Amino acid sequence: MRKPLLILGAAALLAATACAPIEPWVKPYEREHLADPIMSIQGDAVSASYLDHVFEVREGARGATGGAGGGCGCS
Amino acid sequence: MHALKRFAALALLAIGATGARAAVLAEDRADMMYHRYQGGGITVQGPSVLVRKKFGESLAATANYYVDNISSASIDVVVSGASRYAERREQKSLALEYLRGKTTYSASYTNSKENDYKADTYSLSVSQDMFGDLTTVSFGYSQGLDKIGSSVDPTFKDEIKRRDYRVGVTQVLTRDLLSSFNYEAVTEQGYLQNPYRFMRFLNASGSYSRGPEVFPRTRTSNAGSVMLKYYLPWRAALQGNYRFYTDTWGIIAHTAGIEYTHPLWNRWIFSGSYRYYTQTGSDFWSDLFPRAGYQNFMARDKENSPLVTQTIGLGASYEFPIEWAGSWLKKGSANLHINHMMVDYSKFRDLRAFPPGTATPGTEPLYALDANFLTFYLSLWF
Repeated sequence: MRKPLLILGAAALLAATACAPIEPWVKPYEREHLADPIMSIQGDAVSASYLDHVFEVREGARGATGGAGGGCGCS
Repeated sequence: MHALKRFAALALLAIGATGARAAVLAEDRADMMYHRYQGGGITVQGPSVLVRKKFGESLAATANYYVDNISSASIDVVVSGASRYAERREQKSLALEYLRGKTTYSASYTNSKENDYKADTYSLSVSQDMFGDLTTVSFGYSQGLDKIGSSVDPTFKDEIKRRDYRVGVTQVLTRDLLSSFNYEAVTEQGYLQNPYRFMRFLNASGSYSRGPEVFPRTRTSNAGSVMLKYYLPWRAALQGNYRFYTDTWGIIAHTAGIEYTHPLWNRWIFSGSYRYYTQTGSDFWSDLFPRAGYQNFMARDKENSPLVTQTIGLGASYEFPIEWAGSWLKKGSANLHINHMMVDYSKFRDLRAFPPGTATPGTEPLYALDANFLTFYLSLWF
């Protein structure tokens, strides 16, 4: 008897959580470090795409590098 | 010369996606780059110019012009008996971005041309900021058509049709830690091999002969990656990433990398990186087949052989203000990235000094190559 109640309680808690808006746990005024240029994920597009291109030409794998890529095989 | 091309348009689509600072279109800027690659008997160098301009706060356009000037006497060229060749490849891209609320819509087109290879790629993507801008989710689709010719056989013509599906999530984990997850599936149909390369097989006399490679006409790949970037207490950044790759040709690859970024003296940013890559060979790859017609598909393309790549990179960037009166430029930066790459092939053998009849086939030394490549570019913000 206790187990179904527990499941019901957990489901109710989950539903209540799902309905409530998710509070950002890092506030906008706490994002100073993340906004620093050294935290840029892609780096400069012009050079990041070149780097991916060189690896793609020499190796068999491709993709999932976060957007950059392309170019010639230059075999 | 044959080239394996893919989705340069994605680079342009990625410009606006700067993780924690998304939902605002990136600033107007121009980049003028010189790139140079040298290694394995190949030199590739040329310029790249990228200009990005906003029109109002919700529309931006990016254009890129990129050139490869290639001079090659690679191991494949030497072993085939051909002489060093030179060629030029030009690539033009245009991308448009439209920002509405927290959603960015992007579309791009890329055209690449060289004497025996033409490629057109169209891309669409959408990205959405959510959960208080802590999460950015993006979806992308590309479609490409490559038209392939041969400089030694004017009658040869074929093509590749390609589709590319991408999903990405960038997630702020703490005030100092960013993460990014990417998945990409690529399907290709058509002529997926290089018309200038050969496989080899043992012949009746105990030596070896060369024959044409035969590749499957379809290939589907899946790649998934995770990246973490951490802001260190002394204002520096440490990034780690891992990618898993698998495809229907039987290639399984792992990529791992680490990068450290350190600002110095107010205007300088230095970086150092190390990247390790390893792959298995494709199911139909062999350095030496037992006989002609041994199996349906036969390849000796070194890029599909088992190999390990290690790359060390160093970078320096200097930012300078532009303060003269009336200047429409805001600031600029000069950037230099140099890389040293070592590729070790565990089954692909070096036949340059061993034409047929000069050594027992399969006992030639294994091939390895070292390459140096660099980018130098000036960036101007306006």
